[in-house]
Parts: sequence; C-alpha cells; structure tokens
Amino acid sequence: MSAVKMLSYIKRDSPVHHLNGVTKLITFLAWTIVCMLSYDTRVLLAAMVLSIVIFRLAKIHLKEVGFVLAFIFFFLLLNDAAIYVFSPEEGVKIYGTRHLIFQISDRYTLTQEQLFYLFNVTLKYLTVVPIALLFLLTTDPSEFAASLTGIGVPYRISYAVSITLRYIADIQTDFHNISQAQQARGVDLSKKTGLKKRISGISIIAVPLIFSSLDRIDLISNAMDLRGFGKKEKRTWYRARPFQVMDYCVIGSVLFLSIIGLFITFSDGQRFFNPFLG
Amino acid sequence: MQKPIIEFTNFNFQYRAQSNPTLIDINLIIHSGEKIIIAGPSGSGKSTLGYCINGLIPHYYKGNISGSLWIEGQNSENLKIFDISKYVGTVLQDSDGQFVAQTVGEDIAFALENDAIDQKEMISRVEKTSRLVDINSHLGSTPRELSGGQKQRVSLAGVLIDRVNILLFDEPLANLDPATGRYAMELIDDLAKNTGSTVIIIEHRLEDVLWRPMDRIVLMGEGKIIADTTPDKILASGLLGTYGIREPLYVTALKYAGIKITEQMHPSSISLMNMDTIKKPLQHWFEQTAETKILPQSNAVLSFSDVCFSYSADRVVLENINFNICEGEMTAIVGKNGAGKSTLCKLICGFEKPEKGTIELFGRDMVHTSIRERADFAGLVMQNPNQMISQVLIRDEVGLGLKLRDVPQNEISERVEATLRVCGLYSYRNWPISALSYGQKKRVTIASILVLEPQIILLDEPTAGQDLRHYTEIMEFLQTLQKRGKTILLITHDMHLILEYTQRAIVIADGKLICDNHPAKVLTDDSVIKPANLKETSLFSLAKSAAITDPFEFVKKFISFDREARQSCQQ
Repeated sequence: MSAVKMLSYIKRDSPVHHLNGVTKLITFLAWTIVCMLSYDTRVLLAAMVLSIVIFRLAKIHLKEVGFVLAFIFFFLLLNDAAIYVFSPEEGVKIYGTRHLIFQISDRYTLTQEQLFYLFNVTLKYLTVVPIALLFLLTTDPSEFAASLTGIGVPYRISYAVSITLRYIADIQTDFHNISQAQQARGVDLSKKTGLKKRISGISIIAVPLIFSSLDRIDLISNAMDLRGFGKKEKRTWYRARPFQVMDYCVIGSVLFLSIIGLFITFSDGQRFFNPFLG
Repeated sequence: MQKPIIEFTNFNFQYRAQSNPTLIDINLIIHSGEKIIIAGPSGSGKSTLGYCINGLIPHYYKGNISGSLWIEGQNSENLKIFDISKYVGTVLQDSDGQFVAQTVGEDIAFALENDAIDQKEMISRVEKTSRLVDINSHLGSTPRELSGGQKQRVSLAGVLIDRVNILLFDEPLANLDPATGRYAMELIDDLAKNTGSTVIIIEHRLEDVLWRPMDRIVLMGEGKIIADTTPDKILASGLLGTYGIREPLYVTALKYAGIKITEQMHPSSISLMNMDTIKKPLQHWFEQTAETKILPQSNAVLSFSDVCFSYSADRVVLENINFNICEGEMTAIVGKNGAGKSTLCKLICGFEKPEKGTIELFGRDMVHTSIRERADFAGLVMQNPNQMISQVLIRDEVGLGLKLRDVPQNEISERVEATLRVCGLYSYRNWPISALSYGQKKRVTIASILVLEPQIILLDEPTAGQDLRHYTEIMEFLQTLQKRGKTILLITHDMHLILEYTQRAIVIADGKLICDNHPAKVLTDDSVIKPANLKETSLFSLAKSAAITDPFEFVKKFISFDREARQSCQQ
C-alpha cells in the first residue's frame, strides 16, 4: 500500500510544508544545478548534510520513501559499476596522479583516484535525490500550480502540471491492480524469467494502463470544459498563497549558498576538488 | 404557462465519424422548473441529446447539426460551451473522474476560478454552496477520502456554485450503491424544490429515479423520441420493455398477477397506487404460486475460515470472515463502497495474504501458492475491460494466458477456438478488439480467463453501466457457464442482478460478514439492508401495501416465478 502511494504529496505540518511552492521549486532547481555542476567534495558534503537536515525538518519518515530510496540506490550502484567498467582510469585522468591499490588485469586497475571519483559521483546523487523527493512530497500540487502562475507561467501549463500530480496516485493504484490481474494470467516479472519475457510482460501491463488512462483523460477534459476551463485569459486560485517573509528568506539564502558553492567549486579553475595534489 | 427553457425543433445530429445520424428529428420542449427523465438503451441517442444540451456537441464532439436548439431563449448556434455552462450544469456519471482538483473546496471552486472570481468571494461562495449539499465539513478532503455519495455531492456543488438554472445528470446512479442512489435522488429533488432549477436526468434505471416524483419521461430509441409523457402513462403503455428499459419490479409483479396496468392506477409510485383493485388478484397470485425448491448444496470449492485482513494496524478491512462457496453456485458479494468486497476478491486470487485464518480452494490451503498457480483455480475478471486487454487481435488476447504458460501453439489454437465458441465470439476471432462494443470486449475478457479453465470465476461489477440488453446478454452468458458447472462469484451493487440470477448473497458491511443467505432475505431484512447500504426491494413494499400475509415469502415466490418465466421466454 505504501509503495502504491509513494511519490505523491504527503500532508504534514512542517516548516517545509509551509513554504510557498515556488520557493521550493527555486530551491530544488538551484540545488540541482549546483550539485550537477560541482564535483567539489567539500561543497557536495555540505549540501548533503544540509539536505538531511531539511529532510528531518520536513517530518517525512524514512520508511515512507524507503522503497524509492532503495530503488535509486540500486541504480546509483549500477551507474558506478558501469563507469568503472567503461572507464576504469577516469579518476586518474581527472586528478592527474595514480595511487594504485591493486591491479585486476591490464585494463582494470583499482586506484584511489578512481574510488574518489566514484565517491564524488555517488555523493552528487545523494545530495540531489532527497531534495527532489522533498519537493514532490511536500508541495501541495494545487498550491504549486497557483504559485507557478504567480511567477508568470501560463495557467494552462501550470494546471496541467497540477492535474498530473493529482492523478499520479490514481494511476499508481491502476498499475498495481492491472499488474496483479495480469500476473494471475501468467505474466511473470520476477528475476527467474529472461529479459525478453520480462519486457513483453511489462508491455502486457503497460498497454491496458495506457488505455485506461486515456479513458480518464477524455473524461477529465470533458469535465473541465463543462465548467469553463480556459474561458478567460486569467484565472484565480482558490488556494493561492502569497509569499511570506520566510519564503523570501529561504530564496535569499538558497541563492547565496548556491553562489558560494559555485565559487568554491570553480575557484581553482576546475570542477574537481583534488586531494591528491601536494 | 411556464416558459420553455430548452427547445429542440426538427433537430438532427450526426457524428463526424459515423455513417448514420445519432439523433433524428428531435422535437422536444422542456419548461422551466420541470423534472424530466431521458430514458433509452445504449445507442438510443440519450447521451448525445445530453451532449447537445450541455454544449459538448459541437464543442468537443464534432458532427453535422440541422434544425435548431434554443437554450434560455437563445439560439445555441451562437453560444459557446462557456456560455452554455452558465445555464446548464452537468453532473457526469463518474464522479471520481469528474473530480478535477486536489480537494473538495478547490473542486467546488473550479468554475469560479475559471471565471477569475476574487479569492475572498470564492471562499464564501464555496462555503455557502457546500452547505447546501452538506459537504461543508469536508472542504479539505481529497477524493480518496470520500465515499461515492460524497463525491457526487461535490460534483453537484461544483455546478450549483455557478447558479445554473438547468441541472443535467448523466446516469447519476450508475456508480452508487442502492441506498446512496436513493439518497441522491432525494437530494436532487429537494434542491430542485429549493432553487426552482430544471432537472434533466439521463438514466435507464427507472425504478430508482422514480423514487421521487418526476414530471415527464422522454423515451428514446434508435435516435428518435418514442414517447414524451408522464411516468404513469409510460408505465401503462408497455413501451418500456419494447425499448429495452426495465420497468419497476413491482409493476412486473402486478403483471404476473394478471393485473392490467392503467394510468389511473398511478403505477409510478407504490405509495400513490390505489390498492383496492390490486389487492385481490395479488393475494390470489400469492396463494396460487408455489416456490420451486433450490437444489441441495454440493461440495464446497472455496471456503474462508476466520479470515482477517488489514492494510495497516489502525484500519481493519476484514474481520473473521467465514463462508463456503459450493460448486456450480452463482453467488453475489454485496455491500457499500469500501466495505471490503474488493479485498475479499484479492484474497481469493492471492493478491493479498490473510493475516489470520485460512482460505481453502478445493480443500487445499492456498497460503503457499503463487498468484499464477492460484489462477488455475480462480480467475478474476476486472470491472473495466480496458484494464485487461493488451493485445490487438481477439484470438491473441484470449490465448495470452496460455502462451505465457508455454502451452504448445496447436493446443492454444484449439483451446482458444473452443472458448470463443462458448462465448459466442468465434466468428470475430480474427477481428481487432478495438472494433468490438463494450459488451463484447467484456466477453473477450471473460473468455481470456475462461480459457485457463478455472473452476471459479470472479467478476468485479460485471454489469456496471450496462443497459438492460447488455446486462441480460452478460448475465445469460454467465448463467450458461454456470450450467456447465462453473462456480461464479460476483461483486455487485445491482439489486436486480441478485434477485434475478444469484442463488445466494454474501453481505459485507464494515469488514464483517453480516448475512449469507437467499437473495430475498438480503432484499427484505432491515438489519441487513441498513448497514450494507442496500434498499428494500419494491416487491416487499408492494406486498406489505397489498396486505399479503407473508411479504418475505411473496418476494421468494416472485423470484422463482420470474426465473421460470424468463427461462420459458427464451426457449
């Protein structure tokens, strides 16, 4: 059940929830940009600590996102493994030194530089993921749409975003039900089956999901037309919320920290923090 | 007299993609303050007529229009859908899908938001309108937290807030349990009284709509208006059966008793009916008719003993459920929305595991079997066929389960063809599924389960949203399967279905099994009806009004008489 509802808005009373949707969007974007640009371990570590603190502040429990986190973690490790397989000496190239730990074959060596590089890559994702999750889990979709319109995004687009978020949970439930019914017919998605069978199994679940979702879209668009959506150039929002002092403070500090982060990252002329020098 | 508020004159409509017109020569005047039912089978054009009134035609569905339609004194040709939405408020059948916004308050405010009304005014108007339909204590709730009836009240508030004069309901009862449907009709009636709105209800469940008095019934068939008159006259005319609309059960009972239905009897309502002329023949019929005894029970194929289940510690879904299903029975599982019926189904199929107690299929504890293995014993047909269909061709869809079980190709073809023959789909076997009607698609999904040869077939709301013809088609088909020895379990809201086809009904209310008995018991016993959101069958009310000594026995006799009558009708 918890797996069904993952990734949709969780209502809580926390300082993070009280922030305006736009504030959270700006924070999320700035955070992502800085962490994606930077390979500076100091910046990334600081960001990670901060993201954990914010996560605690938001009163989201680890078990509510455990499944997603495990899933992401798995792909992260996969990513690390892939980097190693395709470019075992990437770290050596970047940091310019070679501290060999041991050698597997001609091509595959294990160096401190490579480990450090992979550590940084992992760190990057570990800093972005909690913030991305928080953004999804703490932003009331309708209020978010209202805020987006507030900063100049056309309301048709922002409403589309909001409606997508509204139906994520429903489509997840649909997916769950369809997948069970198709498993009963014999679709096997477990690891026991081969890749080819698994892909065809996924299509057997995806096709009905798409078609039942299309039914839903038809219905919603009718319902919206019938109640005058798109009638006027402008639209008001029942749940609109003005910016609070706190929002300005948060945006201010986020921008400030981002600039500092980028400054530290690029101060030595490159994106990498190099502990192997000198 | 009153002024016409909607006026169709020589109106025709043809959908762009279709070769024949859907509405033919419609002449219809609806006056301000009237309460009208538009009835007709699927494909009769009743929904299309509704789309014309609310502007979805020609705004969303394109096609050719001839003749004229005036709404509130204006030619609809000159009206945009947004203009029409100021006059006509539409409540759609699927109140969940119609729920556009995140919460109740926002959804009610949706029309005002689109009108760019100031936030302050919006909040006060939402408050006022939500009070009108008694949903004001749930303004912050999400659609998932609401019952079917509550969602419908939200839809209603969402159109009332625009101060519309015309309320159009598209099959408002289709997704509601019987008691909630009855309450919905009362609410609609009271609102019409208080606001003076014109009410147009598109619905084929006449008996349920007539729970409150209606002014007129417009009967449609094949795109034309067949009759446009009072409910009493229509019921007396005998036209309903001809055009695939189910007449109220008590009217059928009167006919069985040899009573001629006349307009003067006021057949549209039991409470208004003059009983003096009816009593005698009805009592006579009751004494003359014998009930055919139901065959003794065979061995149990499915049994629940002390089964408990919950999704989380604070919400117990099922509590100490005990029952046996016998081979070859057709059993209904009934109860209000969210009572745990679907969970029961999932437990049988192994999608969920019981926390306590055992579920046995053919005397075997099923705890360690996989979903797939269990499907060889019990197969589930989901409510919406689109939730199951993944292949393009019918034969591929039906054969999918076998293919996934690595059955050899020649055996697949053989079994698929045999199943398609049983299901009456053989001549379509190479058709694309997209070319089939809803009822036929449903049959494909049943076939795709049947081909796996499970002894038990579970169906989730097999007849929801179907008109009488499709309903009969699906149910008669299930009955032939039953006669071939299959055991059939149905989740349903439809009291007619229980009465006409099932041998037993299992009633679940608030996670407990409160009744496991003959359908007549379920439809007459107040201690079952109330907690399960069912309603007393009109047969029972009729029997009581006619001073029949044992009204329960009357219902039982009606059921057995009716089954025989329909059977001999078919032969």
